Amino acid sequence: MSIDLSMSWLIGLYVFMLAAFTGYEVISRVPSILHTPLMSGSNFVHGIVVVGALHALFNAQTVAGQAIGFIGVLLGAGNAAGGYVVTDRMLAMFKPTAGTATKKE
Amino acid sequence: MLSILVELSGFAAALLFILGLKRMSSPATALRGIVLAGIGMLVAVLASFGYLADVDEAARPHRLENLGLALLALAIGIGWAWRSGKNVAMTAMPQMVALYNGMGGGAAAAVAAVELTGPHGTDGLQLGVTSLGALIGSVSLAGSLVAWAKLDGRMRSAWRFKGQSALNALVLLFTLGLASAVVAGVATPWYLGLFFAGALALGVLMTLPIGGADMPVVISLYNAFTGLAVGLEGYALHNPALMIAGMVVGSAGTLLTLLMAKAMNRSLANVLFSRFGESESSGGGEVHGQMKAADAADAAVTMRYAGSVIIVPGYGLAVAQAQAKLYEFVKVLQAADVDVKFAIHPVAGRMPGHMNVLLAEAGVPYDLIFDMEDINDSFASTDVALVIGANDVVNPVARTDKSSPIYGMPILNVDQAHQVYVIKRGQGKGYAGVENLLFYGDNCSMVYGDALAVLTAMVQAIKDLPAH
Repeated sequence: MSIDLSMSWLIGLYVFMLAAFTGYEVISRVPSILHTPLMSGSNFVHGIVVVGALHALFNAQTVAGQAIGFIGVLLGAGNAAGGYVVTDRMLAMFKPTAGTATKKE
Repeated sequence: MLSILVELSGFAAALLFILGLKRMSSPATALRGIVLAGIGMLVAVLASFGYLADVDEAARPHRLENLGLALLALAIGIGWAWRSGKNVAMTAMPQMVALYNGMGGGAAAAVAAVELTGPHGTDGLQLGVTSLGALIGSVSLAGSLVAWAKLDGRMRSAWRFKGQSALNALVLLFTLGLASAVVAGVATPWYLGLFFAGALALGVLMTLPIGGADMPVVISLYNAFTGLAVGLEGYALHNPALMIAGMVVGSAGTLLTLLMAKAMNRSLANVLFSRFGESESSGGGEVHGQMKAADAADAAVTMRYAGSVIIVPGYGLAVAQAQAKLYEFVKVLQAADVDVKFAIHPVAGRMPGHMNVLLAEAGVPYDLIFDMEDINDSFASTDVALVIGANDVVNPVARTDKSSPIYGMPILNVDQAHQVYVIKRGQGKGYAGVENLLFYGDNCSMVYGDALAVLTAMVQAIKDLPAH
């Protein structure tokens, strides 16, 4: 079974345009109280580059290619994991006044 | 068949990223948002091992070796980042985010390097996009590392020399020239090496002259850069998941950067290329009147019997490590039925929203914390405003004095409160080097001292009051 997975440059341009507007719309609704977690969260999202680095490393045929691929995967994995951990830590700290969310007293 | 699964998992990841980021629009759902995005990442990374099934013919003999290398790189990268992320102090968050961001830029540059040295005879557009991604990713890597070093106190904050802009322009032209050689297909490995060296040098040179309060804007900008680089490499790899995730971050980061610059009433170009805070001998003008000093205990008792108090924290609060003590003081006031709110200026702290994180860490509930635009009209009807470790963002000069370097910057209307207390170490000026008119106002009293010591004295003063 074969499905054509290739992409013309025009489709690529459409993807870029729609993604850019999506990013703008999604983020413009985030209150400034959450801007730091948002920044580390979006920092985490571009850690997806590790997938591209894995692709490069799997296809490496020379020692130089393997070395560059290795560095790419290492850096990308650090970006993704680090971005996730700090975002998760920060967001866990944001709590409403006790009693407004869960009746305590 | 497997490759279709890989593609579909990329689609799922892109969807989960967008849903996750969307949930970040409220503190109540934000934590679930990042978990959702995390699941997306996990799916995409696990699925990418499917690439192994159909690698290039020439790479087949190396398949096992490359798999081992990939697992090792993942283990080291994740292990190091997980540890450092768990242990980093909240005050050090800006440099940590800068470091992770630089790693992402480096990864994008590495992907580009592999693509550009690869054997595939790709077309000009492909090479152009890949080179552009390589340039932006390298600038982000080098620039983020310099930003990290500065924020971490390993490097002098602003490093300027004569002819700096000319040198930067020259390096940019040189790098672009090499890039066009790459696109034209005449590049030898030597050209490529020089191209990457030029791009890295550009990142360093761009970041060197920027310092102090401008750092948040720069980190945000490089975050957008890395996103853009990842998106471009996604195009080069025909991977829509990378394209979407990268471009979403690219535009989100750009928006955030512009918001930050706007909060300081400066254009992005001004942040990147001007020499702020150096040529300010003319700014300010004569100030009449005198600063009045007040005793910490007296100020505390005044607040105890006030109806409403708005607290304006600045980075000086975090420097003094006094956030927890401040919240203790707030709880004492709340116990006495004082209405306490926090007002946060958009550029308080060292990255956008940093002060909110520092307060959240101390346990301050987020419903007490208000953005500038939501609270600015309330100052006039507020009994006491307490300013701790903030200066330029509460300086009324920004509204009135056209000759001042901070003229036009949106500020918190602290001066409109009936009574203002400012906790401050000494009589020094703020980052912009401008006298603060607020401090000379009739309704303002200065409480000199270290924020932690002053707040400790304030808590004690209220506890010592005779109970009714």
